[in-house]
Amino acid sequence: MKKNMIRLGSLLTAIVFCSSSWACTGDSTRHEGGDAATAVTPDANNAGLKLPAGFGALKIIDNIGRPRHIVVNSKGEVYIKEFRLKDGKGIYLLRDTNGDGKVDTKVGFGNYNGTGIVIKNGYLYASSDEEVFRYKLDANENVIDTAHPEKIITGLKKGRQHETKSIVLDDAGNIYVNIGAYSNSCQEVDRGKGSKGIMPCPILDSAGGIWRFKADKLNQTYGDGTRYATGLRNVVGLDWNTQANQLFVMQHGRDGLFQMFPEYYNEKQSAELPAECLYALKEGDNAGWPYIYYDQQQKKKMLAPEYGGDGKKSVDDKYIDPVYAFPGHLAPNGLLFYTGNMFPEKYRNGAFIAFHGSWNRAPEPQKGFFVAFVPFKNGKPSGEWEIFADNFAGKEDIASPGQAEHRPCGLAQGPDGSLYVTDDTKGAVYRIVYKK
Amino acid sequence: MKKTIVTLSFILVCTVILFAQANSPAASKVRGKKVYETYCLACHQVDGMGVPNMNPPLSKTSWVTGDKTKLIQVILKGFAQSVPIDGEDYSNNMAPHNFLKDQEIADVLTYIRSSFGNKSSAITAAEVKAVRAKTK
Repeated sequence: MKKNMIRLGSLLTAIVFCSSSWACTGDSTRHEGGDAATAVTPDANNAGLKLPAGFGALKIIDNIGRPRHIVVNSKGEVYIKEFRLKDGKGIYLLRDTNGDGKVDTKVGFGNYNGTGIVIKNGYLYASSDEEVFRYKLDANENVIDTAHPEKIITGLKKGRQHETKSIVLDDAGNIYVNIGAYSNSCQEVDRGKGSKGIMPCPILDSAGGIWRFKADKLNQTYGDGTRYATGLRNVVGLDWNTQANQLFVMQHGRDGLFQMFPEYYNEKQSAELPAECLYALKEGDNAGWPYIYYDQQQKKKMLAPEYGGDGKKSVDDKYIDPVYAFPGHLAPNGLLFYTGNMFPEKYRNGAFIAFHGSWNRAPEPQKGFFVAFVPFKNGKPSGEWEIFADNFAGKEDIASPGQAEHRPCGLAQGPDGSLYVTDDTKGAVYRIVYKK
Repeated sequence: MKKTIVTLSFILVCTVILFAQANSPAASKVRGKKVYETYCLACHQVDGMGVPNMNPPLSKTSWVTGDKTKLIQVILKGFAQSVPIDGEDYSNNMAPHNFLKDQEIADVLTYIRSSFGNKSSAITAAEVKAVRAKTK
């Protein structure tokens, strides 16, 4: 009798489980991953996201503070870096213990605000706005001692704006850190109407670029590192492309062409320009901020109005070109090259970009609040960009970014090939999956 | 003679009414909206809600609805301090807007103090002038 009850129970469970076609993939690996199929069930209406056919999404957790960047370990457990401390903690480990995709337990640690978080070679690296720490991981990629991280980089410049530090590692023992320029366009009066640019821009000695440090050396500061690339106003989304063996970064382009120089630009031009640029960097590269900006409509590098430009004077010199240019002000906060097997072939090695959404398009409607995709071949863009995951904002017309319900920020790939997206407004973490 | 007096009185009354209207809070608010759209909206947004972490909201914040002198000084001197506003940090610098005339500043402040859900009193050009004289 008891046996029969158990059998009946199992049958009922199977029926309930299989009533969702998503669950019946016959994949027994579940959350352990490694297989192209997935057992997690998307939320009703894909948690509000609009996705291409065949994709589904679930919120693995909601209201978990203001998560910025995110990384998933080899067991499918999620680490998020909080922009501001949530209940006194700056990092959370999120665990799904029963394999339904939803977070069941969370462990908070770290007492600093920040953005960057990444796993590499047995360590979890995380950044505050002035420092980078690392935590040794055990065989399950769990932090061994949450209370005593090693401080590997310290004393980084933190201005009032563009203060966050994004991090990524290469395969040669180096860590790359963005140090954002604490200015819009290096004017004598920051964001002052008609104010001239300072020549040369003094900010570039210690900010407005990517610095490279050793991944395993303690207490490094400016003198121990190298200014790897300069002329980058602010980078939040960055990733190492393993096919090209190269650092790729998304720059946040300058604001206020019309507000600062209405004699050269109208409001519509100012809403679209300059481009949000994807750069492939080599050591010593200069992307040209604050002296130039990239105009994606003319496909030219333009002299900035603070430095004698008028919207027409282009420059062709030592500054690098972007490998891809998006419309202005969309605010790229996450970049991820997809190397998983779950998504269809066209996504393999391509770039996902989380656009946080604009503010500097006003009075034009705001744009962004989506995850975009650009296909890549052999480490180079091979097609046009498209919106991959949309409707984070929860409605069509967003006049002001405060009206957006969610704003995508960080991206990560799970061991099974799922794509994770953080929302730093309401604290949702999304997991996007594909069903064959 | 009587006709002249009536005419003169009429002109005088009209002038007074026009003058009063020009300086009424309602007229000031209308002009202030234009100033707002030209110099403020790009950062503080069409709904006065600002931009999270970057540009502070003007809606129901003590900085807008409270002390007039402090508010007038933000326009004159800009804002580039690391000071929390109602408990939140905002990162973008605001440049000084001291190139605006006393009346324009009065108008735009009257507008923001009575818009976006705010219900605070008007600010006059005389008040701006007095603060400007003391602000270096």
